[in-house]
Amino acid sequence: MKAGKIVVENLYKVFGDKPQEAIEQSKQGWSKDKVLAETGAVIGVSDVSFSVEEGEIFVLMGLSGSGKSTLIRLINRLIEPSGGDVFIDGHNVAKMSKSELISLRRRDMSMVFQSFALMPSRTVLDNAAFGLEVAGISRKEREKRAMEVLKEVGLETFAQMHPHELSGGMQQRVGLARALAVNPSMMIMDEAFSALDPLKRREMQDLLLELQKIHRRTIIFVSHDIEEAMRIGSRIAIMEGGKLVQVGTPQELVDNPANDYVRNFFDTVDTNRYLTAGQLMANCVPIFVHNGVAPDALMVSQKLQELDKHYAFIVDEHNRFYGSISLEKIALLVEGGQSCKLDQSRVKQITPVPEDMPLDKVIERLVTNEGPIPVVGGNGQYSGAISKGRLLTRMQGE
Amino acid sequence: MSEKKLDLGTWVNDGVQYLLDNYSNGFESIGGVVSSFSEGIEAILMLPPIWLLIAIFVGLGLWRIGVKFAAFTAVSFTLIFLTGFWEQTVVTLGLTFSATLISLLLGIPLGIWAAKSERVATTIRPILDFMQTMPAFVYLIPAAMLFGLGRVPGIIATVIFAMPPAVRLTSLGIRQVNKEIVEAGQSFGCSKIQLLLKVQLPNAMPSIMAGVNQTIMMALSMVIIASMVGAGGLGNDVLASIQRLDIGLGFESGMAVVLLAIILDRITESFGTKQAEKRNALFSWVSAKLQRQ
Repeated sequence: MKAGKIVVENLYKVFGDKPQEAIEQSKQGWSKDKVLAETGAVIGVSDVSFSVEEGEIFVLMGLSGSGKSTLIRLINRLIEPSGGDVFIDGHNVAKMSKSELISLRRRDMSMVFQSFALMPSRTVLDNAAFGLEVAGISRKEREKRAMEVLKEVGLETFAQMHPHELSGGMQQRVGLARALAVNPSMMIMDEAFSALDPLKRREMQDLLLELQKIHRRTIIFVSHDIEEAMRIGSRIAIMEGGKLVQVGTPQELVDNPANDYVRNFFDTVDTNRYLTAGQLMANCVPIFVHNGVAPDALMVSQKLQELDKHYAFIVDEHNRFYGSISLEKIALLVEGGQSCKLDQSRVKQITPVPEDMPLDKVIERLVTNEGPIPVVGGNGQYSGAISKGRLLTRMQGE
Repeated sequence: MSEKKLDLGTWVNDGVQYLLDNYSNGFESIGGVVSSFSEGIEAILMLPPIWLLIAIFVGLGLWRIGVKFAAFTAVSFTLIFLTGFWEQTVVTLGLTFSATLISLLLGIPLGIWAAKSERVATTIRPILDFMQTMPAFVYLIPAAMLFGLGRVPGIIATVIFAMPPAVRLTSLGIRQVNKEIVEAGQSFGCSKIQLLLKVQLPNAMPSIMAGVNQTIMMALSMVIIASMVGAGGLGNDVLASIQRLDIGLGFESGMAVVLLAIILDRITESFGTKQAEKRNALFSWVSAKLQRQ
């Protein structure tokens, strides 16, 4: 048994007469163009290996012609691989007999298409029931099941209509219902939402995420829309010229793009949106320690004036956040040259934010809070502060 | 005619003579089948009273196209009946239907095969071109030699002339089915036969119906010509009017052919283009009714 729901190993697809020769040349390090010039073979997918975990949405990204559509068709073998293996639940799809392949497709995998690929002469209900019909399920049973999935995607009242009477978004809901009806453990979605307008696209992404909550399926999702990829993908794989360039979580790709090609993808997105408190924080607020004895107000006031800062944070001896105080507040306290201790009653209580809090939540907190906000790590220890000024500098790209 | 350097014609003559000498039994049995088939069809058309047959066509027109066309059909058939060409028209209709059915029976499977196999497609294309462009009269000669005079050579010649569009448009229709729809069929686990019956043929239907329409029209034009070998029907009257230079007869019989052609054309055409639409109208009407309850 291989680890992972879908395991792809050294997968090749060559379009041309001598695939094996082209694979050998490619292995010797020949470029795609050189192979084409020498043998006339076009390498569609070259030495791709990756593994998809049970229940994740694995997004495959790349420009047109990068081989992503070919790659997913190698996984359900709509296209015959030229070399390499594809394991689904440990069974090698690339080596299966035709009848094993057909029963696997009927039982356990389905596909959603960019152009929806609905049958125009069938009703919505018959389209949704298509996979079950092919598998030989009785009319009564398959219509019952199809009606259930139509309900899940919100189309039960349209069951007797024909696809051309529906809008694009609704048609793709039918496409999704058709794929869900066979209750597969994995789905392949080929640019499934690319033909829809941005609003509808978002709506469908939400629907998909919603459906995933009810029943977790393993999904390979092809997209050329980075926003979409980052929104729905557990992990993203980037393809270029038939090769896999990088695989990782959205965060990993934003933080450490493997090359300019990957970086270019993120150029168009506002990557700031994916920043977290941990990345935004800095050491921008002076820290004073309350080690059983609260810090002296006069001392803090002098220190702040020296550093030209307006706020101070106080942590306890275990480095846990204790409270915040502003320079103005201290000035009022020490008016008349009388000092006092900055204890619980005098400092402002703020709930610290965790390091993994996303940007939009951080902004919410900053707006409602007068001064900077403290950030704590997983162990509850103080790790840094975010002030409004700090946030703006960071978002500008430092 | 100038002197021949190459005598292709003699070879063809010899070829047909060879077939006649060696396989006349085979042709006789084919002829027998075709003959009884077309007689059967004609008998079915003759079975209902005239008014019922007319009513069937008017009803078809009403269902598929609309009130205006139904009225046109009624007037046309009445006109044909009043001018005294009814019987010949039914014979022509029978010949057209027989030839069309045989053409489709052979042509659609051949079209499917040509869609699946590139080699078949390239092989039959020049043959289809030949069948379609060879002047129609020419088929009558070998047909008459091999099958004798009468309706059988007429139908055989008509089949040869009218089959190509059925083959071509079936093949084209299947090839033109959206690639992703075919992939959808495959990805849900269709076997080859399921893919053909559930995905490719239904989606190729508009194109196939266009082929059926063309086959019917070509068959109708050919069965008129086939009167030269004694196929009968309206063609006989057309032929007689030419031989006697009878303009009146020519006009009457010609008009019957034209009206028949228009009616057949419109009705069969509607099955190709309006199929989905019509059914939808019915379905949405039904579903609206159901929802109201």
